[in-house]
Amino acid sequence: MPPKLPKPEELANVNYKPPKKWWQKGTAEIKEGFWCFGSRPKYLQAVDMPNPREWKPTDEDWKLPDNWREIFLEGMAERLQKYRSFHLFMDICVRCGACADKCHFYLGTGDPKNMPVLRAELLRSVYRKYFTPSGKLLGKIAGARELTPDVLKEIWTYAFQCTECRRCSVFCPYGIDTAEITIIARELLNLLGLNTDWIMGPVANSYRTGNHLGLEPHTIKSNIDFMLDDIETVTGIKVEPSFNRKGAEILFVTPSGDLFGEPGIYTCMGYLMLFHELGLDYTWSTMAAEGGNFGFFTSNDMAKKLAYKIYSEAKRLKVKWILGGECGHMWRVWNQYFDTWHGPADFLEAPVSPITGTRFENAKGSKLVHIAEFTSDLIRHKKLSLDPTRNDHLQVTFHDSCNTARGMGIFEEPRYIINNTCNHFYEMPENTIREKTFCCGSGSGLNAGENMEQRMRGGFPRANAVQYVKERHGVNMLANICAIDRATLKPLMDYWVPGVNVAGVHELLGNALIMKGEKERVIDLRGEPLPGKEGA
Amino acid sequence: MGALISFIAVIILTLLAYGGVKSANMQAIFGIVLPYAAIMTFLIGVSYRVIKWAKSPVPYRITTTCGQQKTLPWIKQNKIENPSDAMGVTVRMILEVLLFRSLFRNTRSELQDGKLLHGSSKWLWLGGIAFHAAFFTVLFRHLRLFTEPMLLPLHLVETLDGFMQIGAPRLLMSGVVLLGAAMFLLLRRFLIPQVRYISLPADYFPLFLIIGIAVTGIMMRYVTKTDIVSVKELTMGLISLKPKIHQGVGAIFYIHLFLVSVLFAYFPFSKLVHMTGVFLSPTRNLANNGREVRHINPWNYKVKARTYEEYEDEFREKMKSANIPVEKE
Repeated sequence: MPPKLPKPEELANVNYKPPKKWWQKGTAEIKEGFWCFGSRPKYLQAVDMPNPREWKPTDEDWKLPDNWREIFLEGMAERLQKYRSFHLFMDICVRCGACADKCHFYLGTGDPKNMPVLRAELLRSVYRKYFTPSGKLLGKIAGARELTPDVLKEIWTYAFQCTECRRCSVFCPYGIDTAEITIIARELLNLLGLNTDWIMGPVANSYRTGNHLGLEPHTIKSNIDFMLDDIETVTGIKVEPSFNRKGAEILFVTPSGDLFGEPGIYTCMGYLMLFHELGLDYTWSTMAAEGGNFGFFTSNDMAKKLAYKIYSEAKRLKVKWILGGECGHMWRVWNQYFDTWHGPADFLEAPVSPITGTRFENAKGSKLVHIAEFTSDLIRHKKLSLDPTRNDHLQVTFHDSCNTARGMGIFEEPRYIINNTCNHFYEMPENTIREKTFCCGSGSGLNAGENMEQRMRGGFPRANAVQYVKERHGVNMLANICAIDRATLKPLMDYWVPGVNVAGVHELLGNALIMKGEKERVIDLRGEPLPGKEGA
Repeated sequence: MGALISFIAVIILTLLAYGGVKSANMQAIFGIVLPYAAIMTFLIGVSYRVIKWAKSPVPYRITTTCGQQKTLPWIKQNKIENPSDAMGVTVRMILEVLLFRSLFRNTRSELQDGKLLHGSSKWLWLGGIAFHAAFFTVLFRHLRLFTEPMLLPLHLVETLDGFMQIGAPRLLMSGVVLLGAAMFLLLRRFLIPQVRYISLPADYFPLFLIIGIAVTGIMMRYVTKTDIVSVKELTMGLISLKPKIHQGVGAIFYIHLFLVSVLFAYFPFSKLVHMTGVFLSPTRNLANNGREVRHINPWNYKVKARTYEEYEDEFREKMKSANIPVEKE
């Protein structure tokens, strides 16, 4: 049973006053509602990761290998040599505090160790002790700490209380990126088998079936078949996509969240309708049916292994280029890691839109095009007939996902699509959107059930900004381009801002899209009556 | 606690120099040996740090993007906050290093009646930029002690620095600003609870040290009116590697010089290396063009991942019955 969630009024009463006790003396407090279950051994075994065993974060004994300290410190030494980011960020922080109130977890909890600077100091203090002359010599005065079991637990607690959203790195005068520190901290913890069930389950699934949900090929097809039936009900049009078809021009890859559960499936229906309307020569791959990558939340090695299938399927199916669906961390990985891991993609061609002839210059190396880039280009070239009045019952705002905002910078494309498919669009306050966007509070594998209080607290700043536009403009739809957002913002809204729904941008497009030969539409993709068609 | 330790440390250093010169006649130590040692430590230490960082590669292009990406031709890219080429990166780095661009974005979040308000907050930026600009101006002005004849830009800087034309010797703004800004940075560590909570002795020590340096420097110019000719003979001796001690230079000069020496020697072992580190920061000095140009990771390696063959072997029958094409019938 997940712990009971306090009422919103209680949670909104955050105390930012730091405790009297100095943090370096503190021990790890593993609070109910703030941690995820430890990974079951079978998941670690499935992908050959260390120290599989049954364990619970609240156990006194975490069943670590005897030489855990050496493993951790050797791992640290190795990564200091492999990552300039990590090495530099361990050294140059001046603790100016500019990052402190930029973190959604700090704003939602008031826990000083959730200030990005202190989250990093938890690991930095260990770095000083074992890797710097001043720390070795002066110890505590130099801010150095021994790596004790308590310190390890503390690092674990706060490495899994960071969504790697990078908001702090926007404000840091040296560009220190807490995501880099958390990513490495999680890698080190993974060397000791310290991961969460919610992350390792999807990793193991993704390795075997290609997607996080563990959908087998026939299930992927039947899930999409259900959506096709719904599309037919709504539009009267029978859409017939292909699977694992060789020789298609484009391979389409989206997060598996779009294949299962609401509201992701509505976004997926939007893709399917769009591609059908265009007569796009594309195929799905049942193996590369996951753009998301929970491996990214365990280790670089695992992330790379899970990313392998995308190019290998593109090669096997002999497509020309790859189109990617709406997802957050998928695009961080595709934009900043993918080509380095598995390129050069010389077996593919520089992507060109078959409809408009536009060359996607910014993707000519990796051949990975974002669907918002693809669709906004179509609209710009007037290739789509759109009826935005079908979305007239929606007062829409847009949530920039952390990863696509700060690890890519795709701001205008989704807004352009929304503005062409909806008549009522309102921005949230300036300091809460675009590169300053607030995380949903559940990214980087924290979207489990047992840590719900942590999630609601982490999502508080986001929800608060939505509430602002709800009160001012009656906003009732929170659009986004991220599968994790679609899954996590809904409970967040239900908790903080009831009455606000969540949709992918391509769901809005699917509703507005006038398809050739469609029947008069009376319901939207969710099966609800369109505005003005309530009696129909 | 951290502040007290640091404060006491700077007091001890001050007394050490005073006592050393006044009662032990160690002018040669404090005027020649230690400055040389400090400057050597600084040069070797900082180079060592930079080389060590540079030896760790940058495996991935992890730019923090703070503006619209390069995309379709009709969407305006933010070429500085989200650079896609060397030019954009250069401008971004110049703004970062000279004007503290990222800190300029700073906001302050407040919770009022269950509502979070995020307002602009420029105080830290202002304090930071005043501190650093003043520090470098003061440092630059000191070149007059090491050049004969004085370099032309020095005259210019001094004229600008003293443009208020107050007092004799004329009041130089940079010293006052340096002291004021350092006090501001110190006070915010005392007064803002969150900042006090995160502050370590290593945060207070350089501030006290620099305040000590500024105070002694200002005193020499305006209060004790230290014999500038003797000082210059000493400094010219240092720079020309023919060091010589001159009597008639007061103890306060040695305190000043000693604190400066400590600062230089301490520099490479401390957070002060952010001065050089900022240039190497991968989230700022890389173009966000990972999909356009391949970024090479020097330690890249092939992973053993699941192959399609293994996948099909597991699911072949299910795929066939769902009419999904397979490689092997």
